[in-house]
Amino acid sequence: MLKDLAFLVVGTVLVNNFVFARFLGQCPFLGVSSKLETSIGMGMATTFVLTMTAVAAYFIQYYILEPFGLSAFLQIVSFILVIASLVQLVEMIVLKISPTMYNAFGIYLPLITTNCIVLAVALLIPQKGYNFIESIVFGLSAGLGFTLALILMAGIREDLEFADVPEALRGPAIVFLTAGLLAMIFLGFTGLVPL
Amino acid sequence: MGQLVKDFINGLWNENPIFRMVIGICSSLAVTTAAQNGVAMGLALTFVLTCSSVLVSLLRSIIPDKVRIPCYIIVIATFTTVVDLTMKAYFPSLYEVMGIFIPLIVVNCIVLARAEAFASKVGPIRAVADALGMGLGYAWAITLISIIREIFGSGTLFGVKVLGESFTQWVIMLLPPGAFLVMGILVGVMNMIARKTASH
Repeated sequence: MLKDLAFLVVGTVLVNNFVFARFLGQCPFLGVSSKLETSIGMGMATTFVLTMTAVAAYFIQYYILEPFGLSAFLQIVSFILVIASLVQLVEMIVLKISPTMYNAFGIYLPLITTNCIVLAVALLIPQKGYNFIESIVFGLSAGLGFTLALILMAGIREDLEFADVPEALRGPAIVFLTAGLLAMIFLGFTGLVPL
Repeated sequence: MGQLVKDFINGLWNENPIFRMVIGICSSLAVTTAAQNGVAMGLALTFVLTCSSVLVSLLRSIIPDKVRIPCYIIVIATFTTVVDLTMKAYFPSLYEVMGIFIPLIVVNCIVLARAEAFASKVGPIRAVADALGMGLGYAWAITLISIIREIFGSGTLFGVKVLGESFTQWVIMLLPPGAFLVMGILVGVMNMIARKTASH
């Protein structure tokens, strides 16, 4: 049991990293990875929302959609609505409980609704047939993988500021090329865990 | 009429979502391992974008300003469900390859961005022109990426062999790093072309 969970964590964070192997969450990955500090904030906020989403998706799928036979055509609509309202709720709760935490990552929260990792995690949970514990671990490690990718990229981009990049490649182009090299490194984790 | 043509052309090049604006790139990296997938994804997105732009444009005076984003998302999610179910029923093998990226059209930034920035401000006819331009701009960009990846990665084009037997397949092109590298180079090339045409 514990071994399976450990495999799930390693598999989601390293082997099938959401950014480098599954190509999800590219917009925030390109948008907020220019500074180390902001990418840590964004990573923490996303991890938090992802874990909550995993719980919500599990209950909606198995206690509402499936018993009423709605999952074929209401899955996408209900998941995206729940995610959007969940993000709003989390924002309000964080503001009430800890204003310091809100200052640290509150501004990133509204952006998370359109991060495709969140909807992908919600859709993958019923698709892979995860149980409740596995769903939480899956959501959490998806967030950790995203955070890892953001921090790696931000570290490189802070140094890239001083590099003499050809003019046409400045901006997103050089970030894609760097991401390509990072993806090659992550390819090295293939086969680390039995699938 | 001239305005409509301008709205249409805008998405094809000036504000091309993939190469110029660099938004909505998740799917353009993930499904582009074969040219066929690129075309299918492009058409699927164009359909969702056009339908939701028309509906958002028609509803623009009814939707209250404060809850406009959730309203747009429901409209987009509905049309995405239509595409999702249609593809599952009629093109099961293609659906298998695209996997989760069809439902993820909901959170594709292009659709929401056009609803918010354009369709909610103009009449339905201009909204259609803009949506078609943006959708086809996305489609040609993603098709170009997938053609390059398919030719070098498997030596074929739309499943037909184009490179001779002696060609060694660049497997890296079909793997995730290939997608990022092709994308980076293409964005750089498009930047160069844009600068050249601007200076003339």
